[in-house]
Amino acid sequence: MTDITSTLFSMSNGRAADISGLNRMDMPRFQETVINGIGCGLRLAAMFAHETDAGALRLWAILARDSQSELLPLYTDCTGESYPSLTPQCPQAHWFEREIFEQWGLRPMGHPWLKPIRFQSPYRKHAAAAPTTPIGVTDFFQVSGEEVHEVAVGPVHAGIIEPGHFRFQCHGETVLHLEISLGYQHRGVERRLMNGPDSRSIHYMETLAGDTTVGHAVSYCQIMEALSETRAPQRALAVRGIGLELERIANHIGDLGALSGDVGFLPTMSYCGRIRGDALNITALLCGNRFGRGLVCPGGAGFDLDSARQAELLRRLDALESDAASAVNLLWKTSSVMARFEGTGPLTPQVCNEIGLVGFAARACGVRRDIRQDFPSGIYEYARIPISTQDSGDVLARAYVRWLEIQRAIAFIREQTAKLPDGPVREPLGGLAANRLAVSLTEGWRGEICHVAITDDQGRFRHYKICDPSFHNWFGLALALREQQISDFPLCNKSFNLSYCGHDL
Amino acid sequence: MLDILLTRIQQKHRTISYPKGPAPELPDRFAGAPVFDPGPCAEDCGRCADVCPTRAICRAPELRVDLGRCIFCRKCEAACLENRIRFGPDYRMSVRKREHLWADGRPLQLAKSLDAAGKRLFGRSLKLRQVSAGGCNACEADVNVLGTVGWDLGRFGIQFVASPRHADGLLITGPVTANMKEALLKTYAATPAPKLVIAVGACAISGGIYSGHEQVNDGAVDILPVDLLIPGCPPHPLTILDGLLRLLGRIEKLSQNPI
Repeated sequence: MTDITSTLFSMSNGRAADISGLNRMDMPRFQETVINGIGCGLRLAAMFAHETDAGALRLWAILARDSQSELLPLYTDCTGESYPSLTPQCPQAHWFEREIFEQWGLRPMGHPWLKPIRFQSPYRKHAAAAPTTPIGVTDFFQVSGEEVHEVAVGPVHAGIIEPGHFRFQCHGETVLHLEISLGYQHRGVERRLMNGPDSRSIHYMETLAGDTTVGHAVSYCQIMEALSETRAPQRALAVRGIGLELERIANHIGDLGALSGDVGFLPTMSYCGRIRGDALNITALLCGNRFGRGLVCPGGAGFDLDSARQAELLRRLDALESDAASAVNLLWKTSSVMARFEGTGPLTPQVCNEIGLVGFAARACGVRRDIRQDFPSGIYEYARIPISTQDSGDVLARAYVRWLEIQRAIAFIREQTAKLPDGPVREPLGGLAANRLAVSLTEGWRGEICHVAITDDQGRFRHYKICDPSFHNWFGLALALREQQISDFPLCNKSFNLSYCGHDL
Repeated sequence: MLDILLTRIQQKHRTISYPKGPAPELPDRFAGAPVFDPGPCAEDCGRCADVCPTRAICRAPELRVDLGRCIFCRKCEAACLENRIRFGPDYRMSVRKREHLWADGRPLQLAKSLDAAGKRLFGRSLKLRQVSAGGCNACEADVNVLGTVGWDLGRFGIQFVASPRHADGLLITGPVTANMKEALLKTYAATPAPKLVIAVGACAISGGIYSGHEQVNDGAVDILPVDLLIPGCPPHPLTILDGLLRLLGRIEKLSQNPI
């Protein structure tokens, strides 16, 4: 296939561009470009619509060419209330198109499974199509036949976790199909960001997904800095990187413990639950808050890492490393654990690429996809972390990739702390430029966090699009469950540990 | 097997001794209950209230902070030219009534224990059903951590259960999204009486950063009868534990003395 996207305007991660210079095209060309690009190995990092001053809808796609670190923003102005769906030829678009339909009433004609993803009220009151239905009331995919039964779980789950609804179609113990219906956590964040930023914006970012406070805050700050042409000081970039990797360690360790608990192996579960707290407490050493609230701010970092604190951080990191190694390595040596992890919830690299899986879940399928390598920004431009992959795509692969990432994150933090650049940690932020588009990607612990901002004539957000890695990966979890035992659902679920509020926004 | 035993020795006994022993050490940058420097503010200042993202600060007749709305972001602390507001190290902030969350420099009216009948029912065995109703997973995580070996909530007879039918009460996080309200009410209805309701975090108390959004209900306080309010964004696990133990009458004596 000839790659027709190669001549298009592209930009780097964490940069802004004047909208007038971007790739504007008519709808047929837009469609052809997206489908051709995806066919040539690009990824759909984001797709969204917003209203123009004239009241028309403008449809955007951000394509990511991982191999060249290029981001291609394309847009088309819609003339009607519908357009031909991309999904039949490009499954990566299926969730985005449902989202756009729900928000704006723009109907993708020929979408195979058009229904709400959040059960939110539309952004346009006059939206012709999408009627608002009560949450969870929808026509679930059903399998019929003798001995086929349906299992409904949630929104309130057994455990201290967020709400969501899962509908399983089972034959005996075997899951034929799982449908995941979310929206219970919808708080209206994107809507509130329009016409921003304001005093709440950074706090929305820090609570989009509380376990990814640093990840989303870094993405947002890169957007703000790109739009205001501010350069965050080197020292701040290092502090951000340390915060981001600590977040990765805490969540990966916690999930390895929870996976252990899900297969009834209590030693590692107990130890990892505590060690996760140790990692959170290191973050609190930096900024006073266990989740990194206030650590990252537009223009730099909210807190400096003085030399006494550096020494304490390194001391605690050493302790964490040895505790984590002994606790986690028990997993790989325990046959009853390995028997449950191996071969459970597998995904192939083909499926991974088709649906646009991101993060460690993609790397566990053998796909080398990591923003820290593919689109390095901030400290990762100067210090690389090797990509960790496995190739079996199952629970074991996802668990093992996380363990590799913990070890590499520890080494990275050690290195960054030892050679922390001198200077301030914060630069005053200038005003935001008008009529710009900025794209920011960050490798959060779950995977690619994508933020896109478009400013209006006044330099305010005309639209702010947030794409948590969970947005891409929930469908991956549904596919991983096919032909699996329903009793393995908790194990598969925890191996991805996706965010409900990060998806619902 | 030998590996498991060796690891057990290496990992040691790590459960905190609190409340019998001292509370675990908090980080020096921890933002606990606000403390106020006495003295009048300039009439036309208002910088603290202007920067507050949740409008938690009231300046008349005296400077006060609503801990139910406060997300402890310290913007007011940074904005004040006279250093009148500072976030101190005191983690104890749980109260029984919404109006007790106004911090004005006087000691907070920390949570009183349940009455004798309540303590008899729940004092030695309290089973809670956690409901996240729009919570961002930070409050949930710091509630969850109390179940780990480090905190060992089980030693107080407190446990999180899978079904509201097995529960003595609900522990609610999140601003109660419109999409979760019905599920929350159904869970409450499914919990047998007598039952307790505990609101954890600024979102569950006031909507927090999401207050005023049409997609949320500004917390659980106007929806259900709340027995214990634990402020923070998210509250530190120690703040949550302190609140639970006060409710059960296990650390009443420490109610007034400052840290």
